[in-house]
Amino acid sequence: MKGFILSFRSEFYKTRKTMAFWSSILLPLIICLLLFIGFFSHSDQMASTPGMELWLRFAGAILGVMGSLLLPMLIVFIGYSVNNIEHKSETWKSLFSLPIPKWSVYSAKYVYAFSLVVLCLGLFYLFTIGFGNLLSVVKPALKFNEYHIESTLAQIYFKLLLSSLGILSIQFLLSLLFRDFLKPMGIGFVATIAGVILAGTDWKYAYLFPYSAAMSTVKSIHPGAGGKGQATPQLTVDFFTKDILVSLAVAAGVFILGYFIVLRKSVK
Amino acid sequence: MVIDTQGLSFHFGNQQVVKSLSLQVPEGSIYGFLGPNGAGKTTTIKLLLNLLKTDEGSIRVFDKDLQTNRISILSQIGSLIEQPAIYLHLTGKENLMNRALLLEVPESRVDEMLDLVHLKDAANKKAGKYSLGMKQRLGIALALLPDPKLLILDEPTNGLDPNGIIEIRELLIKLVSKHNKTVFVSSHLLAEVERMATHVGIIDHGELLFQGSINDLEAISQPQVKIEINNTVDAANLLKKQGFTITEISEDTLSIPYTSKVQMSEINALLNRNNFQVFSIQKVHKDLEKLFLDITQKA
Repeated sequence: MKGFILSFRSEFYKTRKTMAFWSSILLPLIICLLLFIGFFSHSDQMASTPGMELWLRFAGAILGVMGSLLLPMLIVFIGYSVNNIEHKSETWKSLFSLPIPKWSVYSAKYVYAFSLVVLCLGLFYLFTIGFGNLLSVVKPALKFNEYHIESTLAQIYFKLLLSSLGILSIQFLLSLLFRDFLKPMGIGFVATIAGVILAGTDWKYAYLFPYSAAMSTVKSIHPGAGGKGQATPQLTVDFFTKDILVSLAVAAGVFILGYFIVLRKSVK
Repeated sequence: MVIDTQGLSFHFGNQQVVKSLSLQVPEGSIYGFLGPNGAGKTTTIKLLLNLLKTDEGSIRVFDKDLQTNRISILSQIGSLIEQPAIYLHLTGKENLMNRALLLEVPESRVDEMLDLVHLKDAANKKAGKYSLGMKQRLGIALALLPDPKLLILDEPTNGLDPNGIIEIRELLIKLVSKHNKTVFVSSHLLAEVERMATHVGIIDHGELLFQGSINDLEAISQPQVKIEINNTVDAANLLKKQGFTITEISEDTLSIPYTSKVQMSEINALLNRNNFQVFSIQKVHKDLEKLFLDITQKA
């Protein structure tokens, strides 16, 4: 356990000045800020919109791109970055000749990549809530304060996080095995597009393909599924759908497989 | 023995890179692991660090089996393999700090190491902007950071200027003589190994051709006195009459086995007295190729 904690701290120390780390902070900040500016400058057109719809439009703008492209691509990038730092500096050999169990080095790297995804999604959540509420303060005509989306949105982001685990394991392993950017990136990109198409066309086995999970998650919470015409429509998030269970199973399977590959791999 | 391998073998695909290697590195020695490029030195070092899985044979370090005591053995080894593994986006100091964090070494030790390898002034410069020699010195600092009992260094003087080479050599000698460490250092330069090693292993095509103390090696790698002179044939005849053995003769030079500095000066005086024009007289070491030839012929 000590080896794991030391390795995890070292991962942070190594990446704290790199794009891998800062993109997880800047991406949500910039996207939410742009959205804030957009809503701020078009506030008069939305003055009569009810609170719930405002929130759905505000948060939905992010969630829409999140499921289709942003989240999978972010994971491709994070998986690549945490491994590339060793490929680029030829430091695998020194990392694996330290008196630290290989299991600790491998799992700390994976957990660190996962933490970056958590950080990024967490910030998306916080910035969405923060900027939404800020809008209702600076533009009282926007009735963001009339509806509370905090708990629902937290559930949505949590489900997105679960949906991303399958891809994270796959991309992490690909980036560990291939030192160039194009292979994991290319595979990730093609698989993401395929995932979006499969989930978008409601193919009945789309749930088996981890790259569809984020898109399926976003689709399942679309306001259309709520209850149009109802006085106080409710959004419900069903956590353990089939696609999430597949994503978790793939994540666990590939993570363990990756460890055995690392054990057998000759360190160049 | 600090390192003791028996019948160590390793293949890359069909190619056998290390053949039944039996290394014996005594405690408190500087073991020079000598061989031309591509002889299997780096592969052997990677096997010693458990970075490659041994096909056949056994490795014992500090009298423990490496496979079953990996962590406890590695905790007493500092290593530098091929070009130093350094995070180029971090500064020299951050590279050491990161390693110190992983090995739970206090920060004061980081400053000591920077001082030791003369990188204090460049401590806050990005390692990517370091020269090859500075990177090599940072690599050596990383290896020394945990104050290991055994240092395994793969061509540590690569890319260093003559001053740097002397410094590293003196540092290694000091570590062994004053701090009771053992150093395993690979090189492709015979002269370099002869200057610091107490023990030598010579490897070529994955096979250990020679292993023994530096004195044993000197018996084989007998240095020569090379004389550049105007009339080599007459000079050779004169020297022969005086009881010298001529090992090589060409149009411009002749060679005699080296015994001492005094003998060199006597030869010079003798030739001068007999009106030969001596253009140069120097002690030369056999090159590695010739040494290999001699070793294989003797075997």
